[in-house]
Amino acid sequence: GLFVWHLKNTGIRQVPCQFVHLCRVANARFITFQYFNFLKRMYVTQHNKDLSQRAKPKSDSVASPFRELQQLDQEKKVIHKIRPISPVHQPLSETSSRNELREMKSAAEAEGSVTPVRAESKEDRQWKEMKLRLDDLPGILARLSKIKLTALVVSTASAGFAMAPVPFDLTCFLLASLGTGLASCAANSINQFFEVPFDSNMNRTKNRPLVRGQISPLLAVCFAASCGVPGIALLTLGVNPLTGALGAFNIFLYTCCYTPMKRMSIANTWVGAVVGAIPPVMGWTAATGSLDAGALLLGGILYSWQFPHFNALSWGLREDYSRGGYCMMSVTHPRLCRRVALRHCLALIGLSTVAPVLDITTWTFPVISLPINLYISYLGFRFYRDADRSSSRKLFFCSLWHLPMLLLVMFTCKKSFLEKEDKGDLLGGNHGRAMEIRLP
Amino acid sequence: PPAHSCKDWIGPPDKHSNLRPVIFYVPPEESPLERRLREARQEAQACDQHFWARHNRAFCQEKEEFIYSRLKAKGLEMRDETGQKATLNAEEMADFYKDFLSKNFRKHMQYNRDWYKRNFTITFLMGQVALVRALRRLRWKKKNVGN
Repeated sequence: GLFVWHLKNTGIRQVPCQFVHLCRVANARFITFQYFNFLKRMYVTQHNKDLSQRAKPKSDSVASPFRELQQLDQEKKVIHKIRPISPVHQPLSETSSRNELREMKSAAEAEGSVTPVRAESKEDRQWKEMKLRLDDLPGILARLSKIKLTALVVSTASAGFAMAPVPFDLTCFLLASLGTGLASCAANSINQFFEVPFDSNMNRTKNRPLVRGQISPLLAVCFAASCGVPGIALLTLGVNPLTGALGAFNIFLYTCCYTPMKRMSIANTWVGAVVGAIPPVMGWTAATGSLDAGALLLGGILYSWQFPHFNALSWGLREDYSRGGYCMMSVTHPRLCRRVALRHCLALIGLSTVAPVLDITTWTFPVISLPINLYISYLGFRFYRDADRSSSRKLFFCSLWHLPMLLLVMFTCKKSFLEKEDKGDLLGGNHGRAMEIRLP
Repeated sequence: PPAHSCKDWIGPPDKHSNLRPVIFYVPPEESPLERRLREARQEAQACDQHFWARHNRAFCQEKEEFIYSRLKAKGLEMRDETGQKATLNAEEMADFYKDFLSKNFRKHMQYNRDWYKRNFTITFLMGQVALVRALRRLRWKKKNVGN
């Protein structure tokens, strides 16, 4: 109410209306959505939807630390959007400020007070010296490398490692995880290096280190090289050359194919899905040393998952994409966007059924996973039919818990390789135990 | 930025372009290489500022026009009885977003090419300057140690 009065007095036409409109629509569901939306934007940046998987229930613990951080960011952003009141028509602020106002409203409702944050936002509006402070450096590099996203990528790779039908080797597991993590840091840093002016213009990404000038582009590139080179070397020499090659290929695919393609053609989504599918394949090849059907199946599951996840998310970001010049299906081919999401939800059911055929899991897996796969397919169908905000939100939220649950169920239904050994013996081997048992 | 500072300073995001302006420090003994770097950065900043300010302004203007024309077609006014601005829902706006994106596609392609070129050039120059400075410092240290 206070804000509305203040702004009305200064003659801004649009903003007060948005406030009142906002007050009307703000409700618990909305607030939750905005929080989650922002959280998910952390993982699923339009640039990074590939690295948005969550492997295990670890995701739940990851979610909450974000909220505190992001709430502050939200309030900060909003405060300084409202302050610079000028009679001039604020161009971009119309919708972005609407979003921010919503977020502010939700943050305010949740927090109860925005005063402590004002000091911070004031600082944010000041001129800052472009000097690198060493104590800020870890935080800056963490944001540059999208450390949380990297953590999710590493967990997906671990899932791939865990599903491989070989005895668990801890050293190999740690080396593979570290190598994948370093490779992911490198790729994310280069991505941010390429996207500075675009990130500045989108709400979600405008607080990145390069956008704020906290780090120079040269340093960002050096950091990327100092992560990427040791990371790939570690994978190639410490694990196996195949994993190293996949890692290097994924970095290339992400930085040199997906990132530029985002602004050129909607095919970027498919490339991004491949980028997301490769880490679990890497985990598998790290464990077994070879690219077999199981690896491809795991990659396929993650590939298919990307579509309902990203397409549903992108449905609500159409304005930012349009203004920023990003070619996304949700803007240019909305029907295709929804059709693809549904198609891949159904594909998940099919892929889950193939898993026991390839001896990766027992037959309990398709049975137990059927309910969740059917549910996401149902939401995918609703999204396809209704094409509105609420159905896209539902589908998006479902995808968040669907993947960790699917991978967890997969792991619990994993076919023990001992079982497989016995099966092999029964079928034709001259090997030890089975034969001994059978001899009278 | 204070007059005695010998660093670049970066400011809050511009209202129209959302880019943060940088004020570059000109050292008294600026080498030709350093001057090339500074000028490249200044030029890049100007280009980006110009592009995005114009682009964002066009977006907002066209959006207003679109809303106005749609409301007119529906027979509604820009403001309803309570005096608030009438808005269109997301599905109606989607047509505008699609249209705007395709209209500006070529403009974005051109900008992307220029941006990548400028980004690489500037970063490469930064690398050169950093290398030269490091070598200079190494030589100076060696001289001091020698003395």
